[in-house]
Amino acid sequence: MEEKEVSLSALFWTFAKIGVMTFGGGYAMLPILQREVVENRKWAAEEEIMDYYAIGQCTPGIIAVNTATFIGQKKRGVAGGIAATLGVVFPSMVIISILAGLITNFSHLAWVQNAFSGIQVCVCVLIFNAVMKLLKKSVVDRRTAAIFAVVLLGSIFLRIPPTWFVIAAAAAGILLKNLEVKGK
Amino acid sequence: MSVYLRLFWEFFQTGLFAVGGGMATLPFLKNIGQATGWYTYTDLMNMLAVSESTPGPIGINMATYVGFTVKGIPGVIVATIGEITPSVIVILIVAAMLKKFRDSKLVNHAFYGLRPASTALIGAACVSVVLEVLTHVTITAPAGSIVNHFSLEAASGLLNWPGLLLAAVLLVLTNWVKPTKNLHPIVFIILSAVVGIAAGAA
Repeated sequence: MEEKEVSLSALFWTFAKIGVMTFGGGYAMLPILQREVVENRKWAAEEEIMDYYAIGQCTPGIIAVNTATFIGQKKRGVAGGIAATLGVVFPSMVIISILAGLITNFSHLAWVQNAFSGIQVCVCVLIFNAVMKLLKKSVVDRRTAAIFAVVLLGSIFLRIPPTWFVIAAAAAGILLKNLEVKGK
Repeated sequence: MSVYLRLFWEFFQTGLFAVGGGMATLPFLKNIGQATGWYTYTDLMNMLAVSESTPGPIGINMATYVGFTVKGIPGVIVATIGEITPSVIVILIVAAMLKKFRDSKLVNHAFYGLRPASTALIGAACVSVVLEVLTHVTITAPAGSIVNHFSLEAASGLLNWPGLLLAAVLLVLTNWVKPTKNLHPIVFIILSAVVGIAAGAA
């Protein structure tokens, strides 16, 4: 009586709208999420969104997807989580498919190739900037610096799938922290 | 193995092990390209540029783009669903025991090691992009070897000077020039495309 149940299609379309408006990765999503989910729909409180978003950043996968699943499952359980997630990825699938088709058809043109050779330089700089930003958050002491250095050199010089580095690093984190506790 | 099954499995792994958002999937996508021959590293960089310049989360845009490159529209669906499946499962489990998860020492300690590793993987991807775009060094691995070989295309010299110049300008604009450093990446991508076209026409 007090709270009307949110329909699965409302979850899907609201998150589709959030997906279209998210421009440039999960980090750009937060202000839109606050406006749509907290202010307009009142599906979650401000603090809940911040919690979901924080957890979404440190669990595996795309931040936007993680946050959408969280809010969807809060409103309508497992089905809600799936509806919200499909909603947030739906616009990407449509837009990229159209663009990818267009680019494939025009990629033989000289000016398109020249444009992309300029863009590739920009991509170098954007990835470099992303690494610098992440470094400040992830390398916090000597041990995390050591993990960073080992994985960096290891994956530059060796052809080992990234999955193995991730598993080894998680194990190293647990091991190092346990040694620290015992050492005290 | 059918291509679709392989596509799903590769993206399932990416979704499960890439921690920290869209850019963290880059080293995984690079590895998929190398292992399967579905696309080159240069193709992947172009996909990344398009993904940064269009609406939607970057990670999903890239998964969609790779899926399209491999198998058209059905590839889009398989790759994207593959990438989001682990997230949905993990989050549904975490949501069920939210408090336990947040207070878990084991989880916190694992992430203490995971975060620098995730950054390092993106860093290594960055190194290979820089080598590929700004120098004429090519990285190859002979079949069966796990050690990468670095070789220089002797005829073209070590460095791509026009590229380096553009990179230096972009680095300054995105980090140290106040009026431009907070602009959306799409501005710099368009600028670089224009420079590329102009340089090609000259």
